Amino acid sequence: MKQENFYNFAYLDEQTKRMIRRAILKAIAIPGYQVPFASREMPMPYGWGTGGVQVTASIIGKDDVLKMIDQGSDDTTNAVALRGFFELTAGVESTTETSEASIIQTRHRIPEDDLTEDQVIVFQVPIPEPLRFLEPRETETRKMHALEEYGLMHVKLYEDIATHGHIATSYAYPVKVMDRYVMDPSPTPKFDNPKMHKMAALQLYGAGREKRIYAIPPYTDVVSLDFEDYPFSVQEWPDTECGLCGATEVYFDEVVTDDHGGRMFCCSDSDYCEKRRAAGHTGKQPDQAAEV
Amino acid sequence: MYVAVKGGKKAIDAAHRLFADKRRGDRSVPAMTLEQIANQLSFAVDRVMSEGSLYDRELASLAIKQSAGDLIEAIFLIRAYRTTLPRFGASRPLETREMRVERRISASYKDMPGGQVLGPTFDYSHRLLDFTLAADGEVADPERPDEAMTAQLGHVAEILDREGLIEPVPADAENEQPPDLTREPLEFPAGRKLRLQNLARGDEGFLLAMGYSTQRGYARGHAFAGEIRMGEVEVEFFAEELGFNVPLGRVKLTECQMVTQFKGSSKVKPQFTRGYGLAFGQSERKAMSMALVDRALRWEEYGEELVAPAQDEEFVLSHSDNIQATGFVEHLKLPHYVDFQAELELVRKMRREIEERDEAESQEAAE
Repeated sequence: MKQENFYNFAYLDEQTKRMIRRAILKAIAIPGYQVPFASREMPMPYGWGTGGVQVTASIIGKDDVLKMIDQGSDDTTNAVALRGFFELTAGVESTTETSEASIIQTRHRIPEDDLTEDQVIVFQVPIPEPLRFLEPRETETRKMHALEEYGLMHVKLYEDIATHGHIATSYAYPVKVMDRYVMDPSPTPKFDNPKMHKMAALQLYGAGREKRIYAIPPYTDVVSLDFEDYPFSVQEWPDTECGLCGATEVYFDEVVTDDHGGRMFCCSDSDYCEKRRAAGHTGKQPDQAAEV
Repeated sequence: MYVAVKGGKKAIDAAHRLFADKRRGDRSVPAMTLEQIANQLSFAVDRVMSEGSLYDRELASLAIKQSAGDLIEAIFLIRAYRTTLPRFGASRPLETREMRVERRISASYKDMPGGQVLGPTFDYSHRLLDFTLAADGEVADPERPDEAMTAQLGHVAEILDREGLIEPVPADAENEQPPDLTREPLEFPAGRKLRLQNLARGDEGFLLAMGYSTQRGYARGHAFAGEIRMGEVEVEFFAEELGFNVPLGRVKLTECQMVTQFKGSSKVKPQFTRGYGLAFGQSERKAMSMALVDRALRWEEYGEELVAPAQDEEFVLSHSDNIQATGFVEHLKLPHYVDFQAELELVRKMRREIEERDEAESQEAAE
């Protein structure tokens, strides 16, 4: 008997999937609100994507095509492990091409290419509570959300400006969804925040250890918190282009190439980079790419 | 130097093969059998069953073998297996009064009906390395107590109860379905049943440290080990179709009742209060620590003040689970270079701004 035959399609039993789908539906109905759900103990460690995996397992069907990324890349170790999990337990087709996927599970990035109405993007979330580092108690933060009491967050951002001259949050930058709930976009760089706004694809967020699911329906307003005189801005790399494909308006990985301060920048989104290279674009250090 | 664009899968497969090799070790040494682990590493097996929340000595032994003796990893394997099992329902409450006692001691009375039964224990041994064990010396057969003497020993707390000196055990509604924290998200306030459930699967080391802190003055309530008992108890299940209780088998348990003084309030006369600990197998450290923490968490019932971490339900319950804790701590091993790049960019920007400001200031000063 083969290993996969011991488990249901996509690992979770149907009762559990139903429970999670209910939580997802509630999350879609109340955009940005964290819905508690009876998170299961999964065969991968907490903090390694158990929330995202449970959400994906609950929505995936036999015809779905799955793309699994971590840090923007399909080939980072944990992305490989999680893709292997679904290949084993669900036997679905997987892809590295953003446009080919019907479900994209991600950690820490949103792909550079625009997503479509036919796609769902599932985020792995470590700490779903945007107020957690201001108030450690769940009993308190739930009250703050209920009363829409977000003054503390604005004070934090203001203090950043007073101390540093600008807001010193570079990832997991808080957003407000449909002018109601303040939400943590998961530890994506703030570079990706504008992509969340009116995104055509459904965004689902799963936090397994913290037992929360939240969602942003397609075409929903998502605004990064800021002040009129200190508007939100994203990371910029002046005069930088991808060493492999020459792209400029993308999020970069910085790769140290030697012991003498040598470095190159390349696209964090590996599929985006590969497609550009296939289309003939080239950067200044194309010989640095290798299949290992 | 190359930017690896493919190869993660190969590397992972190779790493797992290396681990399998390391686990097996020197092939000229015989491999351990599950029977050896179950018989000769019984405390490890008990801990894995307790914190894995699954009473199965064979599977716990397999998990210990598979994890090469990393007990938290073994607990994780058991938890991940347990979560896939169907639930038939909840057993009837266990009657620990009916326990076939292998060990039963009280620190609060010199002697009591049934007596002190030391049973198998490390206690009072000299912690000197036993080199005859290294040489696989023969072990003499022990004397065993008369079984009839150790069946159905009343709880020590009953002695206090008859005088009304200890708080009564809270009556439980008949046939009430207990909450299940593996099937419902934990919300606060959790209440004592869920708290005990959480502590029962909580990390032994965490509970030990929390319990210890109450002894050192962080929510001090001088506790006495009213009773610690260990032995087998029958598990019964009420079968709806049959209309009566069906025995399912026996489990070995360690139960601890801590007795703590309570000075009384305007409504209640001074009396002793209870802290309760229960764990699979012989797990005295765990059961005792759990009982101390249980009592500390009950501060509100007695109008005590919340002054220490061990009393803080949200703090204790949110951090007691070693599978959650180890996962999240160890996830720091996962690549974080996207966030790190964001921080790099921020730190460089902040340094650049300060340098520009300093430069402007020094130019002004020079003019």
